[in-house]
Amino acid sequence: MQRTVYLDHAATTPVHPKALEAMLPYFSEVYGNPSSIYSVARESRKALDSAREKVADILGCKPNEVIFTSGGSESDNLAIKGAAFAAKSGGNHIITSSVEHHAVLHTCQFLEKFGFEVTYLPVDKYGMVDPADVEKAITDKTILVTIMTANNEIGTINPIADISKVIKKKNKNIVLHTDAVQAAGSLDIQANHLGVDMLSLSAHKFYGPKGVGVLYVRRATPFLPQQQGGGQERNRRAGTENVAGIVGMATALEVAAASIEEYNRHCQSMRDRLTQGLFSKIDHVYLNGHPTQRLPNNANFSFEYVEGESILLNLDMMGVAASSGSACTSASLEPSHVLMAMGVPVELAHGSVRFTIGSKNSAEDIDHVLSVLPDIVQKLRAMSPLAEVR
Amino acid sequence: MYSDLVMDHFSNPRNVGSIPDADGVGLEGNPVCGDLMKIFIKVDDDRIADIKFQTFGCGAAIATSSMVTEIVKGKTLDEAMKVTNRNVAEALGGLPGPKMHCSNLAADALHKAIEDYRSKKAAKLATI
Repeated sequence: MQRTVYLDHAATTPVHPKALEAMLPYFSEVYGNPSSIYSVARESRKALDSAREKVADILGCKPNEVIFTSGGSESDNLAIKGAAFAAKSGGNHIITSSVEHHAVLHTCQFLEKFGFEVTYLPVDKYGMVDPADVEKAITDKTILVTIMTANNEIGTINPIADISKVIKKKNKNIVLHTDAVQAAGSLDIQANHLGVDMLSLSAHKFYGPKGVGVLYVRRATPFLPQQQGGGQERNRRAGTENVAGIVGMATALEVAAASIEEYNRHCQSMRDRLTQGLFSKIDHVYLNGHPTQRLPNNANFSFEYVEGESILLNLDMMGVAASSGSACTSASLEPSHVLMAMGVPVELAHGSVRFTIGSKNSAEDIDHVLSVLPDIVQKLRAMSPLAEVR
Repeated sequence: MYSDLVMDHFSNPRNVGSIPDADGVGLEGNPVCGDLMKIFIKVDDDRIADIKFQTFGCGAAIATSSMVTEIVKGKTLDEAMKVTNRNVAEALGGLPGPKMHCSNLAADALHKAIEDYRSKKAAKLATI
């Protein structure tokens, strides 16, 4: 039987057994609506409160600063729209970066239709935001800055604490939000260490269930709720709480936080094995993103002269799952906006493949990739009108 | 996403390669999604005696290139000019919607190769 090797953990992760076990009672046994008055509902409410405390503990914040959402996209939308609309009397300028996840970028573009002006900061060749560029972009109309903690495609880590210092020095009232969706489980995401007013998390990126996330909102941050209804989450986000999902998320976050060092060590070791192996077996291959300031589990390569989707299809036939920044693999038929913003030539963007390692990947998994990928690249290069090397 | 027939042509593409002394060469590309196709033909008695392709592109790009070479090998140039991108997609059992527009340029590359041959031939005759 063929080995299956899943190397797309930035896209999603399997639910950790501890998280799954923690969730199970809340489907058919403790199924009460936390807002109801009777005892089975009070059990749900207790579980919700306990989950909130766990998350607050890890973020280094107060429980009432934690809002549960349906995931990273909602958290990003809620943060940006919530802060922008609330602070509108003080200005209409938002600053973000050109390599943000589309949940941030498209939300900013959406707000441009409502009288907001947005600056999309450039990044360096590693995809990193320069705090000096943030500083230069701030005007007396700036109300919100949103910059991601770590990039989902290339893993580059932004200097959020430095960006925070630069912003707060110029104007303490500017709200700083960070999309930390890819950072949880690997980096320090304590709100006060990062110096942020808002922070987004998504459970299914750290071995929790899909469909649930967190938005941290620092006390006193201007915030206009976006989902009206029954007053849940202290009137900040209506909707009956996804207790099972929230319990699963809190457990997964707790497990992840307790094993950050070991997880990073393991992922980096596997990632470096993959990178070194590929460079020794294949030529005309380049690493995208920062060489050191990057998530330990992320390896994004461009294979010259060949296209990403055809690499992925071949990898899939050999049991390997990965993703690509090529236009052919995107719904919009555009190459990765992240790679383009970094100045990667468009053909190399089309030839990019992202491998993101997880806690269960072994050296055998990596070696399997190393045993099949060189032949795949060679076969595709032999077919390519661009390759002088055959 | 892709039919079995597409995957077959993708995994076992027919007629890959180049013809150094080709009678006609056609290059077609889509700058948006980055697919690039090059078709080489050898013409004998107004028929496609041999045909080879090189492609930089996704599964659909490679499969359509392979399929078009299979369809037109041995056909007359006029018959080959009548083969459309739609014919190629149908022969493959269909392609996903977004792939029809973007990757299905193989027939265009073939037509360019035939036009290249014909214009070279006309130029040769003109010098006699």
